[in-house]
Amino acid sequence: MKMDNWTFGITMIVVGMGGTLLTLWILSLFVSVLKKVFPYKKEECN
Amino acid sequence: MLEAFGSGLYGLVAGFTNLHWSNPVMIIVGGVLLYLGIKKDFEPLLLVPIGFGCILVNIPLAGLMEEGGFLKIIYDAGVLTEVFPLLIFVGIGAMTDFGPLLERPSIFLLGAAGQFGIFLTLALALALGFTKLEAVSIGIIGACDGPTAIYVTSQYAPHLLGAVSVAAYSYMSLVPVFQPPIMKWFTTKEERMINMGVVRKSASKTTKILFPLVVTVIGGLIAPKGLILLGTIMLGNLMKECGVVSRLTKASENEIANIVTLLLGIAIGATMDGRVFLKPQTLLILALGFLAICLDTACGVLFGKVMKVLSGGKINPLIGAAGISAYPMSARVVQKEGQKYNPKNYLLMHAMGANTGGQVGSVLAAAVMLSILKGMGII
Repeated sequence: MKMDNWTFGITMIVVGMGGTLLTLWILSLFVSVLKKVFPYKKEECN
Repeated sequence: MLEAFGSGLYGLVAGFTNLHWSNPVMIIVGGVLLYLGIKKDFEPLLLVPIGFGCILVNIPLAGLMEEGGFLKIIYDAGVLTEVFPLLIFVGIGAMTDFGPLLERPSIFLLGAAGQFGIFLTLALALALGFTKLEAVSIGIIGACDGPTAIYVTSQYAPHLLGAVSVAAYSYMSLVPVFQPPIMKWFTTKEERMINMGVVRKSASKTTKILFPLVVTVIGGLIAPKGLILLGTIMLGNLMKECGVVSRLTKASENEIANIVTLLLGIAIGATMDGRVFLKPQTLLILALGFLAICLDTACGVLFGKVMKVLSGGKINPLIGAAGISAYPMSARVVQKEGQKYNPKNYLLMHAMGANTGGQVGSVLAAAVMLSILKGMGII
């Protein structure tokens, strides 16, 4: 795909920043689900 | 006889006669890197071999970076193939405790905001006339993550490898110097005083074991071009958390990481040949790299302010500054700054959470970037 620098830069900013934020948000949701499904039990620290 | 004497003597002075003006300058640069590593304790594990490699490669006629040369063999085997940064990632994963991040998963978002400088600097580098792939490699300095920067640059702009890696590692060690003023500019005294309380242990062992698998699968599906970056760091972490392969974990965080760090450092130093390195472009790359890391800090703190509002004032925006990958320096800086304004404030574990989020974030940002490039057909 032929693309000028301006289009490339803006695409990287929007899709790159958005993609990183979205991926980490999805991961945080998964971690929250994991914590609910496998709750911490106090005896684990023993 | 005299002719033989002359030839013999020439052999002894050829090193001097073949010295390009840039070689002594780079030998001094190598000396400065050694000084920073040895005397100032700035990332000595990397700066010492890089500095020495830089000195070695700037001594003419030794042929260390020519075909079959000692440094060339190391460079081709570990840097060109990207094996070294990936092996270091296994070690980093084995050394990192994601516990504080798992206690408050929303802090993951700070790890994303701490990478925004990458993309902003990429755009600036494009505006300054760098090619697309060069701009990507310069922007990635903002990941504040040496192995990621080396991985991306060695693949897409290998001629910039020396400048990019030196910038990534040097700025990482300067975090305690440049972060505090930025944190101060973007926060009020009241915000800096917010007490976030103590971090309560709430993640089970099962969660800790499943975490690296979830990150690998989800992150890999979204950004497959960066899967190997995510996969190696998460393999190291899985070995650490599962607890049944302690020999492998110890080898990853000690022997393997140490050997690879030495070879990687000396190979990077070997890319700093004065004739290639000393040009205005290098200074521009160093300046842009610095800007990238400053922007990361600013974006992290500003996102911390957003999270403070969303959480009803429970989050101290200072921890946003730890959303970069400089682990654990950045978290320590946050703790120190927080205590300056509220001596009863213990932000360390919260900042550690953001900091480990920044580690995942930096790798993910690179993975996302590579996948976008692939999607656009640029790589």
